[in-house]
Amino acid sequence: MLKLAQQTTRRLRGIPLAIPLLVLLVVFFAIPVLELVRRSFLDADGALTMQSYGDFLGTPAYRTILFRTFFVAVICTAACLLFAYPYAYLMTLAGPRLRRALLVLVLLPFWTSLMVRTYAWLVLLQDTGPIKAVLAAIGLEQVHLIRNTTGVVIGMAQILLPFMVLPLYNNLQKIERSDLLAAQSLGATPVRAFWRVYFPQSLPGLFAGSVLVFILALGFYITPVILGSPQNSMMSQLIVRQVTERLDWASGGAMAVVLAVLTLIFVSLMSRVVNVQQAFGGTGGKQ
Amino acid sequence: MTVAVDTDLALELRGVTKQYPGTDTAAVSGVDLKIGRGEFVTFLGPSGSGKTTTLNMIAGFISPTAGEIVMHGQDIADLPPHERNLGMVFQNYALFPHMSVWDNVAFPLVERKYPKDQVRERVRAALEMVNLTGFEKRRPRELSGGQQQRVALTRALVFDPPILLMDEPLSALDKKLRQRLQLEIKRVHREVGITFLFVTHDQEEAMALSDRVVVFDQGRIEQVGTPDELYRRPATRFVAEFLGDSNLIEGKLVTQEGVPALETPDCRIPLPGLLGGGGNPSGEEQCVMFRPEDVKVVPGDDEEAACRGRVREVVYLGSEQRVIVTTESGRDVTVRTAGDLTATPAVGDTVGLRFSASNAWLIPKSG
Amino acid sequence: MTTTESRSRPRWLYLMAAIVGIWMTAPPLVVIPMSFASERTLTFPPTGYSLRWYQEFFENPVWIDALRSSLMIAVLVMVISVVIGTLGAFAVVRGRFRGRGVLETVGIAPLVVPVVVLGIGVYAMFLRWGLIGTVPGFVAAHCVLAVPYVMITVGSALRVVDHQLERAAQLLGARPHRVFLRVTLPLIAPGMMAGGLFAFVTSFDEVVVSLFIVSPGLRTLPVEMYSSVTRDINPTIAAASTLILLVSTVLILISTKFLFSSSANGRSKR
Repeated sequence: MLKLAQQTTRRLRGIPLAIPLLVLLVVFFAIPVLELVRRSFLDADGALTMQSYGDFLGTPAYRTILFRTFFVAVICTAACLLFAYPYAYLMTLAGPRLRRALLVLVLLPFWTSLMVRTYAWLVLLQDTGPIKAVLAAIGLEQVHLIRNTTGVVIGMAQILLPFMVLPLYNNLQKIERSDLLAAQSLGATPVRAFWRVYFPQSLPGLFAGSVLVFILALGFYITPVILGSPQNSMMSQLIVRQVTERLDWASGGAMAVVLAVLTLIFVSLMSRVVNVQQAFGGTGGKQ
Repeated sequence: MTVAVDTDLALELRGVTKQYPGTDTAAVSGVDLKIGRGEFVTFLGPSGSGKTTTLNMIAGFISPTAGEIVMHGQDIADLPPHERNLGMVFQNYALFPHMSVWDNVAFPLVERKYPKDQVRERVRAALEMVNLTGFEKRRPRELSGGQQQRVALTRALVFDPPILLMDEPLSALDKKLRQRLQLEIKRVHREVGITFLFVTHDQEEAMALSDRVVVFDQGRIEQVGTPDELYRRPATRFVAEFLGDSNLIEGKLVTQEGVPALETPDCRIPLPGLLGGGGNPSGEEQCVMFRPEDVKVVPGDDEEAACRGRVREVVYLGSEQRVIVTTESGRDVTVRTAGDLTATPAVGDTVGLRFSASNAWLIPKSG
Repeated sequence: MTTTESRSRPRWLYLMAAIVGIWMTAPPLVVIPMSFASERTLTFPPTGYSLRWYQEFFENPVWIDALRSSLMIAVLVMVISVVIGTLGAFAVVRGRFRGRGVLETVGIAPLVVPVVVLGIGVYAMFLRWGLIGTVPGFVAAHCVLAVPYVMITVGSALRVVDHQLERAAQLLGARPHRVFLRVTLPLIAPGMMAGGLFAFVTSFDEVVVSLFIVSPGLRTLPVEMYSSVTRDINPTIAAASTLILLVSTVLILISTKFLFSSSANGRSKR
């Protein structure tokens, strides 16, 4: 009897533990998303159609928004990369105390409410704000930082930077410093040593961070709404408008599906090239 | 100690086998073993020989595919580990990092619901036994390797188990520390008096510590016996080669003027009173074992020399030297000589070899 | 050697790091002076100073109710997602069934899908199920977003626990549930607590999905702040923001203690 119980537990090994998780995700995640998919394929009379998708991709205004979303995401990724790489590099060089301080600094945004940060940027980027004042002082009065893409990028990049720093740092700290020294002893200048020896080894982390930032940027809503304007909307804003203002679930659903699918494509791209767990500091490796 | 009588049996393995699904060979195959109360028995063998798997089956972490594990007359193969009442010391100590030394040692007593004052008394005595009084509040990570090992040892003994299992507990330590802890383990065994089951791949360690050694190879038991029996009377080539250095010389057994001799293409070794074999079929090639200390290097023109050859290498070891001589047919013979350098031949010298027959051993052919 | 050293730590590196550091931490500080402004304005620095916005925040039922709701929901989300996430992490790390990897991916999925998609999906279903503006609805929706964090932190803590420790505990006489209580749980506790903190913050700060499922009877603090920013220029939001900043800073200090604690892992010294 005891043996039977033991054997049953052994065979079921672990599955019951996953049930609460599965229930939660199926009911409150899978079903909502599937509902959206369903509605995206229906027209006003309830018949199956690809109309909404066609309308979406066929309307120039909508396409512009899609491209703009991509564009902003790319810019954000590039900006984050530009600043995150040196930062992460410094973290690998730093002593333990400085390293911890740098880590805390970059993790700080995670804990600061998104609303607080976005509101703060709203204040700072105003035409009547301090940053504008500085720009005016150096002769750049024409540059506006609010209600346009520039402001949106600045705000988003601050939120996204930690997501670039962490996988990059995780990768960089695994690169042997002695490789660089060896390259130099073999005759390479420091710059060449960096490009030929160090940089290639940092590519996995770079890639992982970039894809992560990119897909997060694609889905941003709050920051573009507050720091941007309806004239330069991003996809999320468009989707929300379709559903809440125009009550067009088919259209909104289609757009949401397109956005989600695009995101998933990039994620699978990343997981193909990079071992996701290793990139984000997990211990998975042999899987 | 010889094999115990039934009532003094601490543990018996009958036909214990472990076959993992999807593999061709069994990890452990048909192990029969009787272990007496108070014995120090070592499972010895190379990695993958099945010794650790067998130990884990005794502990209850692995279930045997077939066979019985009998303790106190009962087959315990189906008993979960926490009901087996065995002590175990693991290779990496397995001390609970989030508990102090005191809590670690008290753990088995708490789980067995000993009353508080007994717990206090036993833990105190346990720490005293391994000279770690005063370390109660320390965390494992604050201790050295040797200290951690002692805590692990005393934790496994504090609840008076009838048998203590030890899975290569010293392999992570350096040689000097190992030797010191070996002595400590021997002392503890003497003081506590219970059965110790020790697993190692180090044959020196096995011989130094054990009453009996069980030699494993590829999932099977090659031989069981005292260290001396294994060293001087190995049952198989494997055991002869695994324990200590050996010279295994194959040849034909002939009789020369009434005295048996081993004849090879380049040697003729007289072996009066040769022991061993135990019924080896005659006419076949035999294998005789000579330990390095039973071979002597003599001048190349010595008429009594059984073989001749050239000195290939001389290895200085402080208290002794190893001289490796290559005979005419290319065979290497290892000779142990005393530490006096002046009497040692130089590399390249032509020398002769004389074999002492008194410890020569004819290795039985396996059935 | 000296040329390599000095060249490998150029000054511009420190400069960039400083820019990043300031960029990350300074902007939110702006809300502090803003919260003391005497006028309804977005101008920084404010012209006059007063405490009226704090007064507004603590006396206006709209804000206080929102704060209370947010706190209550966040606490519930923290507890529930730690339980669900820990169970899920055990299934993924210790389970022995096919599809473990899929389960892990599925568990992390909510982090990857754009929040807006989840938001309108949940909106659609909650309308049908009548969960709009209900506490259970909020808790469920927020748990979907919070559980992945718990699975990540507990999963990585669990992976590091040495199996030998549990075997040792077993053989020393502890029954399976005691092994879990006395050995496994203490070793993953920091992971659970970090996950719990992440879950709390995720829920407390959640805006997008919440925007869809609020009702006049149940609004959360971030939603209130969002309305304030998009509809009128009400510096009460600055007061709320300052308070949130205070709490966040305290939480950060607590969490860095957990993230850097070394007694957390189950690795035994060699």
